[in-house]
Amino acid sequence: MTGVVLDLTADDAAMLDGSRGPALGFAMRIITRTAAVMGADQLLSISGAHIDSCLFHGQAGLDFAARLVSDGAAVRVPTTLNVASLDLLHPNLFRGSQEAAKSARQLMQHYQSMGCKPTWTCAPYQEGVRPGIGQHVAWAESNAVVFANSVLGARTHRYGDFIDICAAITGRAPAAGLHLDQNRYGNLVFDLAGLDDAVLANEMLPSVLGLYIGARSGSHVPVVVGMPEMGEDQLKELGATAASSGSVGMFHVVGSTPEAPTLAQATGGTRSPEVVLVELADLRQAWGLLSTVSHHKLGAVSLGAPHYSVSQFAKLLALLDQRRINRNVSFYVNTSRAVVAELELRGWLNQIEKAGIQLVTDTCTYITPVMAPFDGAVMTDSAKWAYYAPSNLGVDVVLAATEDCVTSARAGRIVRGETPW
Amino acid sequence: MVTAIGTPPDILVAGAAVGQVAVLDEPLSFWGGFDARSGTISDRRHPQFGLLVSKRVLLMPAARGSSSSSSVLAESIRLRTAPAAILLGLPDEILALGAIVAEELYGLVMPIAVLTGAAWNEVAAAESVELRPSGELFVL
Repeated sequence: MTGVVLDLTADDAAMLDGSRGPALGFAMRIITRTAAVMGADQLLSISGAHIDSCLFHGQAGLDFAARLVSDGAAVRVPTTLNVASLDLLHPNLFRGSQEAAKSARQLMQHYQSMGCKPTWTCAPYQEGVRPGIGQHVAWAESNAVVFANSVLGARTHRYGDFIDICAAITGRAPAAGLHLDQNRYGNLVFDLAGLDDAVLANEMLPSVLGLYIGARSGSHVPVVVGMPEMGEDQLKELGATAASSGSVGMFHVVGSTPEAPTLAQATGGTRSPEVVLVELADLRQAWGLLSTVSHHKLGAVSLGAPHYSVSQFAKLLALLDQRRINRNVSFYVNTSRAVVAELELRGWLNQIEKAGIQLVTDTCTYITPVMAPFDGAVMTDSAKWAYYAPSNLGVDVVLAATEDCVTSARAGRIVRGETPW
Repeated sequence: MVTAIGTPPDILVAGAAVGQVAVLDEPLSFWGGFDARSGTISDRRHPQFGLLVSKRVLLMPAARGSSSSSSVLAESIRLRTAPAAILLGLPDEILALGAIVAEELYGLVMPIAVLTGAAWNEVAAAESVELRPSGELFVL
């Protein structure tokens, strides 16, 4: 490790030596070992946590949660839960084994019993969980991490499974990484000056740029300059994609994100950071990587990775314009139960069902077997979905604008509009 | 002949390992990119798609992507399908967590270290290497 000595408070030390009980002892051991890996010299207090560990990946995750529960663990800060492996609101969609369902449900129950809120979403920021500028939290789930840091201005490192719940139980996290000022400044600039207005206005630019930036950034904090002001759904898409193709935990878009009113502020006076002039050819190449086929039969449509927001549903309903999708196409939208409740209040739920759309809540179509068998490729407007689904599900994907997904779903075949790519 | 590699790596999770070297040309997300049941690279877009990395010393430029990679690595260590060790070009806490938790829960140690400078090329060119708990690395 780095040779940095971790300076614990009396309270930290009491947790670590087991005098506050076995659960705090075990959790603090994971925290301090990770703090050493991160080179932290102390821990800091957090005001909230978002847990990814509730998604079932095998017996190890279940053994870990069961150990915490049997040791009497309880969260001491407000804590939300990420997607799990089951859709509890639409249980009939599940096509996996009974055994897998049982383990997934057990894992979900363990995290609820520790006091976490059953939000079951990868986008807690869409339902009022929005830590403020400078507030320290411990979030896992790569898209949530990058959104918290970049769009909300809150501070979380890129936490993985296991340490998320340990931070929630102890209320402490390593004072390192993206919690610290000096690690939040942009140090790799992506300049869009060479792109024309049509490219800058294209709906898919955040996805394509996100893929390119993620793959190029390594451990840098990227800064985008020359982008017209971005809305929240676009920033979500950019971050989610960059955190899939790379390990980006924070980015700046000058003029759009809170720590980047100007390039100088975004880079914190970093002396001449490296500048990448983004060219259309680079983006064309990135775009080409996101679809596995171009001309193909349409099997299904899957939107919403990360979970679809209320504003994305507004746009989808406007595109559908009260028409039904083709009966041979399965059309799924992944979202959270909180967003579904909001859709119901607005009277939109009925329209969505009438259009022939199947909502998937609490989970996502690429992490658990919920999609009915289909013949053909899957269309999606989500670059993150396009990125992971071919490996996770063994399917072919076509990434396209939401409008193209709707047009294709109505026509029963893949229809793609002109793009600059 | 056994040759010590110049700059010792930065140890993230200490332990001993010996194995054939498996080199990845691009970063990998263990979640969505590694199958814990078979121990192979399952990311269809990765240049080493299909490569069996169980019990080998996995040399990878960086980790990327999902925070669930900790769980996938811990599960593969439990199933004994994990690499013998992971040598990284850049530090990664998410992978380190998977190894830390597997050690705490099951007492199974899978070391992770970060290589710097010339050591990377030396390991990449080697058939097999040995990593010691002290961080010393030897080409076998």
